[in-house]
Amino acid sequence: MRAKDIDGRSRISVAQQAFGEVVDALPDETQLGIRVLGATYQGKDKQQGCLDTQQIVPVGPVNREQAKAAVATLRPTGFTPVGLALREAAKDLGSGTTARRIVLITDGEDTCAPPDPCQVARELAAQGTTLVIDTLGLAPDEKVRRQLLCIAAATGGTYTAATSAEDLTGRLKQLVDRARDTYATTPSKVDGADACQGAPLLAPGVYTDRETFSEHRWYRVPVRPDQELRASVSMAMDRPVNPDYGVLLRATATDGRELVRGVDAGSGRTDVVSAGLRWSAGADEDADEPDEETSPSPSASATPAVTTVCLVVSNMFSPRAGTEKDPGMPVELTVDVVAASPTPDGPDLGRGWVLLLLLTLAGLLTGLVTGLLTRWWVATWREN
Amino acid sequence: MRTRSASLAALVAAGVVLSPATALAAPTPTPSPGSTTVTKAGTSFLSATPIAAGQPVRVGASTGEYLYWSFTAGAGEIHEIDASVSPAEDRTGSSTWTVEVFDGLRRRQACTAGAQTPTADASVRSVALGCTLRRVRPWAEPWSVDPLPGTYYVRLAVVEVPERDLGLPIDVELRISATGDAGTAPEDGRLETPLVPPTNAGEVLEAVPTLAPAAEDDGWNLDLTGWLPEAGSRWIWTTAGGVLAAVAGVFGFALTRRPRVRTAVR
Repeated sequence: MRAKDIDGRSRISVAQQAFGEVVDALPDETQLGIRVLGATYQGKDKQQGCLDTQQIVPVGPVNREQAKAAVATLRPTGFTPVGLALREAAKDLGSGTTARRIVLITDGEDTCAPPDPCQVARELAAQGTTLVIDTLGLAPDEKVRRQLLCIAAATGGTYTAATSAEDLTGRLKQLVDRARDTYATTPSKVDGADACQGAPLLAPGVYTDRETFSEHRWYRVPVRPDQELRASVSMAMDRPVNPDYGVLLRATATDGRELVRGVDAGSGRTDVVSAGLRWSAGADEDADEPDEETSPSPSASATPAVTTVCLVVSNMFSPRAGTEKDPGMPVELTVDVVAASPTPDGPDLGRGWVLLLLLTLAGLLTGLVTGLLTRWWVATWREN
Repeated sequence: MRTRSASLAALVAAGVVLSPATALAAPTPTPSPGSTTVTKAGTSFLSATPIAAGQPVRVGASTGEYLYWSFTAGAGEIHEIDASVSPAEDRTGSSTWTVEVFDGLRRRQACTAGAQTPTADASVRSVALGCTLRRVRPWAEPWSVDPLPGTYYVRLAVVEVPERDLGLPIDVELRISATGDAGTAPEDGRLETPLVPPTNAGEVLEAVPTLAPAAEDDGWNLDLTGWLPEAGSRWIWTTAGGVLAAVAGVFGFALTRRPRVRTAVR
């Protein structure tokens, strides 16, 4: 960070200035914490240097003066334990229910692996709470870029190369804004089963799960006869995979009969691959005799049966050589059950006997009225 | 690049929002067309920034980011998306950009016109992207992927780029225009609930919910609807046509008759 290659100033001073500006512009309700790495240990011992990370501002409402003062005194030293710092930062944020974001600003690659920071990021993202890591590289070289790209991709975050103070400030403000706007409700975690029998029953809402290569995950959704099932699934590519991929979402009856499927495939760079489907019970009523498992009470034949639809998510990703299989790739599942939209009737006029009857009646009535009117008119004229 | 300085340091800033009250106040009100410029973009389907048709979007981003916006479409409308990307000037190679549209169920939507995936050389100042969507239908079979009323997502990203150009700053402009607000006939059907995805956290149920038995009413109204014709403009137009035809018939018939009135006057 001592290198003077950003607008002729040292990286640390640019970072400090940008940080000061961002803290000044921070909205009051934002909760912020700051953790540094490689900022205190001056020695040469790698083992000790790689433990060098401290939380200098605890997570909470911002105390602007304190935060700026804490950042202003930082002096760069030798080691960069990125992986350890990420772990600790995730701990700092605690385990709430809302989404959280970490912004990692660095100018050098991790010098302390293991743990590999990219693997750490993947583990943190898999821990249930939504954690996004955005990375900012200060005048990054190739190694830094690779590492930060990997960390960002593993958590669905972004990577930015900052080559000027202006860039850094603007981007930092944008990232903090995003942390503020990030959706309030975090999807709830669910564990899909490997068969429909015993799969988790889902109410409408958003869920997350993890699915590894060539794995199938099953879920169940109860649907009433007058309802329509809507489901969509997104699988994120959080690790390098082969260029062609796809995702398949199928809805099946409990006996395995396929009802409908949604599929999407692609190739090349992408963040998520998504597919969705709609299915309504009414259309399948005749064929779908409720079985014992799904009907609410076997004795009451008058009660409409709830159909249990099985949803199965499968993927067509293939790992590259050396790609980790575990934890699986993030799956975001959206389930909704709404009122069914009945098939519209065709136009009920325009052909057939009813049309002819209507026209005949209209003609007859018009003829009668005209005739009567004429007779009345002739009669009055004669009298006068 | 003189990046390998002897000493390296880094900061981790952990920003987090925990108070739900502030987050709930966030939903953007639907602005009138041509009003305030949107300067934000979401980074996933769930955090897509809502925009309205006609509202300009101008946002700075990094090469390689996935930018999401969402808009609402009604039946009969055709939406056209126009975007332009100004890549960083110090980039090293050509890049291919794409604008993709998904419906409320995250199903890919086809573009009927527009440059959806243009490629820009290293020297080009700005890349224009476009996508015209199909006309939104009022109803479609559950098994079809026809465009339906509801939420639509726009994703803008770079699909092919040299790795060393990733992370460089870009400027993105985007505008969605809606045309053809044609009223749809009731015969075309109606989607009971627009395709707006739920955003609440899900809940795993313990057992299949049981249904209350259907209420024991005889449903006179239901029976009658089967017999009585549905009120619709077709009945009125057909009856009026029949009357007009009959009037024209009587008039034509009268033309061929001897003009009795004049004779009587003489």
